[in-house]
Amino acid sequence: MRPLTEDETKTVFEKLANYIGRNITHLINRPDDPHCFRLQKDRVYYVRESVMRFATSVGRLELMSLGICLGKFTKTGKFRLHITSLEFLAQYARYKIWIKPNGEMSYLYGNNVLKAHVGKMSDDIPEHSGVIVFAMNDIPMGFGVTAKSTADARRLDPTGIVAFRQSDIGEYLREEDTLFT
Amino acid sequence: MVRTKPKVGRKARMKQGPVPSLDEFYQGILDPRKKAQQKNKESESRKRKREDRGASVKSKKEKAVFEKAKSDLFDEEEKVEEDKNVATGQDDFYVFGNEEEQFDIDEEELEDDNEMESDEVYDSEDENERGAMFSDDEGDEDLLEAANQQGLANVFKGDSEEEDEAKAEAEGEEDEFVNSDDDFEQGEEEDVEINVDSRVTNVLPSGQEVEAPSNLPPDIHISRTRIQEILNVLDDFNKYGEAGRSRSDYVAQLIADIANYYGYTELLAGKLFELFSPREAIEFFEANEVPRPITIRTNTLKTRRRNLAQALVNRGVNLKPIGNWTKVGLQIFDSQVPIGATPEYLAGHYIIQAASSFLPVIALAPQENERVLDMAAAPGGKTTYISALMKNTGCVFANDANKARTKSLIANIHRLGCTNTVVCNYDAKQFPHVIGGFDRVLLDAPCSGTGVIAKDPSVKTSRNEKDFIDLPFLQKQLLLAAIDSVDANSKSGGYIVYSTCSVTVDENEAVVDYALRKRSDVKLVETGLGFGVPGFTSFRGKEFNQKLSLTRRYYPHTYNVDGFFVAKFKKMKAVEQKPNGASKT
Repeated sequence: MRPLTEDETKTVFEKLANYIGRNITHLINRPDDPHCFRLQKDRVYYVRESVMRFATSVGRLELMSLGICLGKFTKTGKFRLHITSLEFLAQYARYKIWIKPNGEMSYLYGNNVLKAHVGKMSDDIPEHSGVIVFAMNDIPMGFGVTAKSTADARRLDPTGIVAFRQSDIGEYLREEDTLFT
Repeated sequence: MVRTKPKVGRKARMKQGPVPSLDEFYQGILDPRKKAQQKNKESESRKRKREDRGASVKSKKEKAVFEKAKSDLFDEEEKVEEDKNVATGQDDFYVFGNEEEQFDIDEEELEDDNEMESDEVYDSEDENERGAMFSDDEGDEDLLEAANQQGLANVFKGDSEEEDEAKAEAEGEEDEFVNSDDDFEQGEEEDVEINVDSRVTNVLPSGQEVEAPSNLPPDIHISRTRIQEILNVLDDFNKYGEAGRSRSDYVAQLIADIANYYGYTELLAGKLFELFSPREAIEFFEANEVPRPITIRTNTLKTRRRNLAQALVNRGVNLKPIGNWTKVGLQIFDSQVPIGATPEYLAGHYIIQAASSFLPVIALAPQENERVLDMAAAPGGKTTYISALMKNTGCVFANDANKARTKSLIANIHRLGCTNTVVCNYDAKQFPHVIGGFDRVLLDAPCSGTGVIAKDPSVKTSRNEKDFIDLPFLQKQLLLAAIDSVDANSKSGGYIVYSTCSVTVDENEAVVDYALRKRSDVKLVETGLGFGVPGFTSFRGKEFNQKLSLTRRYYPHTYNVDGFFVAKFKKMKAVEQKPNGASKT
């Protein structure tokens, strides 16, 4: 376990900024409850500092997880967000799409968000920007990138793709073997 | 065959109605189609028997021992008016029926059967008895129906032509030992006594009989019959015991029959049998054949139970709160959707968790801002519950020795949004060397799983003598490690909870007693659980610390939860432990 290097921090923050924009400061500056980012075996964890201090007692080989895993660095040095980061992304989300109950299961099985399934969406989403997908009752279901801006999406036919899925909570079942170490 | 006919015949006849029906009832559960076939077969054989009736003895000789023996009775008792049969049967039915919850079902069943065959009188009795035996599966109408049919079928097989007088006796008697109520008229009760006496005379097989069938597959019908008979004898040994036979002969035979009938190794059957009175032991073994209800725990970090229940009801799930001892548990009766794959599940609003595994966490009662260790955490049901109770404050160390199992642990922790956890993969014995000074430690120790046989029947045969030596040894080491990991000076805590999903004394009381002897700075305290059986303070000549009555045991047949054991320790402050501080390492 170690803090992120400057490059790593930059990569991670750039990625996060896609989804939560300037709200990223809310993750970093929490004077009442300081949190930090830690790297352990390619994975980046977001964890309360007090918890992190206790975790320093645990050996590198034996430490399996601490706090919440945000994602992992690929071998090529890119950073991929995991579904486990959804809680924080949803909390500070900049752009949101809500999908209707009849589209929930389709999305949870790993499909893209179709126009027919969109219940509502934020007004000013540009094309190709990170977006968080919610169910109509505000349960976060995953995240992705928009295929069209909000304005263009309005003119789309019902089967057209509004957003490409990147991750969804169905992965807790589908990817259980690979997602967590 | 050697026995004199009238005696055995009488006995066998009495017992036969209820007895084979039970295991056929299980067969029925296993394979409904088989059940149907069997039923047909049964009715055929019944017809056949009718035809043969005149020459009855011959054909019946081919049957099993007790059936055979009964044959001579048929000759006397053959002429029966069937209407009369029915009438008596129903009368009796009403007498006992109102004690049963399944009353309506019984009645329906009865009517159905009427069309087919008027002999169903037996049937209603059979089930009356059965209903009482499975005290815990009140809702299982399907089972009951299966049981009905099986019972019916059986009766046909055996003694379709019996007279109602004889039946009345049998009924009277059977209901007698099951209900042990005094609804009976005096005369009947006397009958009963006589019957029991005559039946009891040679319950145990003779020496020859014991050895003879070794090359044949064991007959579970006989085992089942004998289990019941021996139970009756053991109820009042002085009265019914055969002269020259000791109680232990009966018990040994009973254990052998239990092992045979329920499919346990004799070692395990014996170990479990020791824990209860004979009748309760049978209840326990029966309860192990019935699955426990599916329960879920609301994740209070993300939702509330009422909202969750509403959301699930909208998805077509039939549920209700578990009981008033938990505010977060829901029991699932049936569901139109897979309960482990709803959007709510994936969003971490609940976790599928056995009701029994709430208990150690409730006993642990973690407080906010504490540091808690869960020594054997996977798959994370208890860890996430601890985290939820602490509202994600403080810190929870979740350890598991098995690296593969930490995967599910991590998955659950993330899904349920527990941000205050550290997951590590140590052999738990290495605590407190890794990190100590915890406010509370939960040790849900690895165990033989004798409390969860309903969930994992392989336990019945997979445990050997060595397991019951090695596991307690490991548990003792772990419990000492747990005690040593706790900070006695903790302001709010200093508690250790030890739990297992096993019911044997070796793995529970003996381990706790060992810890109390080895670590003089801990004492047992109330678990804070509202229900449960107190732990043993002495067992089979072993005397344990008297405080062991503060521990709690849970059995499948009493609370319809998995078999479980919970003990809660408090580690006392350093000042108090000074006098005998030598034991503190």
